[in-house]
Amino acid sequence: MLSKKFATTACAAALAALSCGAQAQVSGGSVKIGVLTDLSGTYSDLAGSGAVLATKMAIDDFIANEKPNFKIEMVSADHQNKADIASNKAREWIEREGVDTVTELVTTSTALAVMKVAKEKDRIVIMNGPASTPITNEQCNDVSVHYTYDTYAVANGTAKAVTTGGGKTWFFLTADYAFGQALEKDATAVVTANGGKVLGSVRHPFPGSDFSSFLLKAQASGAQVIGLANAGADTTNAIKQASEFGITPKQSLAGLLMFITDIHALGLKSTQGMYLTEGFYWDRNDETRAWSKRFFDKQKKMPTMVQAGQYSSIYHYLKAVKAAGTDDTTKVMAMMKKTPINDFFAKNGQIREDGRMVHDMYLMQVKKPADSKYPWDYYTIKAVIPAAEAFQPLSLSRCPLIKK
Amino acid sequence: MEIFGIPTALLGSQLLVGLINGSFYAILSLGLAIIFGLLNIINFCHGAQYMMGAFVAWIALTRFGISYWVALIVAPLIVGAVGVVIERLMLRRLYKLDHLYGLLLTFGLALIFEGIFRDQFGISGESYEVPELLSGGVNLGFMFLPIYRGWVIVASLTVCFGTWYMIERTKLGAYLRAGTENSQMVQALGINVPLLITFTYGYGVALAAFAGVLAAPIFQVNPLMGSNLIIVVFAVVVIGGMGSIMGSILTGLGLGLIEGLTKVFYPEASSVVVFVIMVIVLLVRPAGLFGKS
Repeated sequence: MLSKKFATTACAAALAALSCGAQAQVSGGSVKIGVLTDLSGTYSDLAGSGAVLATKMAIDDFIANEKPNFKIEMVSADHQNKADIASNKAREWIEREGVDTVTELVTTSTALAVMKVAKEKDRIVIMNGPASTPITNEQCNDVSVHYTYDTYAVANGTAKAVTTGGGKTWFFLTADYAFGQALEKDATAVVTANGGKVLGSVRHPFPGSDFSSFLLKAQASGAQVIGLANAGADTTNAIKQASEFGITPKQSLAGLLMFITDIHALGLKSTQGMYLTEGFYWDRNDETRAWSKRFFDKQKKMPTMVQAGQYSSIYHYLKAVKAAGTDDTTKVMAMMKKTPINDFFAKNGQIREDGRMVHDMYLMQVKKPADSKYPWDYYTIKAVIPAAEAFQPLSLSRCPLIKK
Repeated sequence: MEIFGIPTALLGSQLLVGLINGSFYAILSLGLAIIFGLLNIINFCHGAQYMMGAFVAWIALTRFGISYWVALIVAPLIVGAVGVVIERLMLRRLYKLDHLYGLLLTFGLALIFEGIFRDQFGISGESYEVPELLSGGVNLGFMFLPIYRGWVIVASLTVCFGTWYMIERTKLGAYLRAGTENSQMVQALGINVPLLITFTYGYGVALAAFAGVLAAPIFQVNPLMGSNLIIVVFAVVVIGGMGSIMGSILTGLGLGLIEGLTKVFYPEASSVVVFVIMVIVLLVRPAGLFGKS
């Protein structure tokens, strides 16, 4: 008798626990997202406050659409592009404020530093701004997602298109630090693989402002294409000065890492005809336009791929928390990797074992001023680079998580 | 023809480019030298004032349709006026104190100005077109020289040597120099020394803004454009000798040339070469090349 009663009670308890399981078990009663980005420096336009806004939008939309039974909070901070500040802040957030995931992290050095902290503390890192490929190769780990793009994807798209389009001889203008050198290396491989030749390169100090000396060297090399293996203000100044010295349009420029904010800052007159590769363009279809207009209303600027990727990745993360019914790192990561991403940003996007989110990339050409009909009408999409080709294949991976 | 394996044409063009950058160094270090020489203030917001000159020109053009030529006069006046206000309200209180206080105050101001512009205009900056009259270029045989760059050399040298002449050869300049040597005596002779000092600071700031307008069509106009440049310019002033007018002009041009040569032979070192020279000069001649010890 007693044993029967015990069995029913145990059963009831088990049932209760099961139904509880459907309710997300989140630590501290809420899911806390930390946006660690450059709010004041060189990358604050392409990531910065726009990335914070994108995160907020993702959280608001998620609450409205999915009606989760857990609270979602957000904190944000400026890492000033410094690795030590980034890792200290991430540590403080995780230890004292119970942050579940640290996101954005433009500038590779800050990203790598936070990845180490997150691995140690068993929390998730979602990266949108940083570009370098070591994040999913030598330095990869199982708590990190590299979402929007990387140097391989952008260099691959642009260098391939320009080389096969007839730009057979190249000269690189390279920012003299890890990122610039990685970009040059990735692009060189693509140029030679497609029958092109690299005539030389010049390493310029970072950050620079006057590029005329380096441009004159590039001009003297006689190369058809000058590859700009740099970013931000270095790229914009180099483009501006190339047109001043009459280098363009005789020789053409290829920006290996450019964002729509760079085009906006330079204007179409000095950028027209350039090829570049991005993971997102606001004016691609109705879905991207709808989201981007909402973003524009608040930020007064169209989103960059980093900001759009930030929204998409946060939404995907929250969905995984809801589906897994927990904010436990291992379970949420498994859910994020298992679930394909389908939204305005990516179609059938997939997070691989090495943490790389693979999705279609777009090869764009900058429009002529006359062809631009309305504000921010800057690109013609020349080609869609399918996910399988856009990113470094797993067979070339140097990530220890990938078993070969 | 080649020199050390570098074609002479390329060498010539690099030297010319070096001279252009040197003109910017000259005009900026001149402003710093004047302010230091007469006010004993190390003006750390010089870079921010240079940036403000460029932004005023850009705002004038895009919002009010004011041309480059007018901006060349108006922007230095506006930014100079801001300088006058800073001198009257803040710097004036620091003359009796150690240099460090002036440096800290102006450094703080620089951060505030850069912050305000970053907040208003973002970090990618704005593009300022080369004025119609100066667009295009001439083929010098060994290089294609954009006319605008030629104009930069002419304009900045004119302003630099004009300033030198004003300070070293005119009565106003004599008052200024006398005022810094012994202000009480000069005041006793019936000259308004505080006004002279205010004017001097305003003029130094206006020089920075003038350089900013000159730079606008060449560089992307962005809130941090001055902070990248100002450290090099400080090194130029130290090499030339703090407070030496002619010293700062000649050192500015000379270092531009040396930097240009470094970019030919070993580009990686081009951002360091100025500082290497600074260290050597400080070891050999602590007062600077043209300074009086």
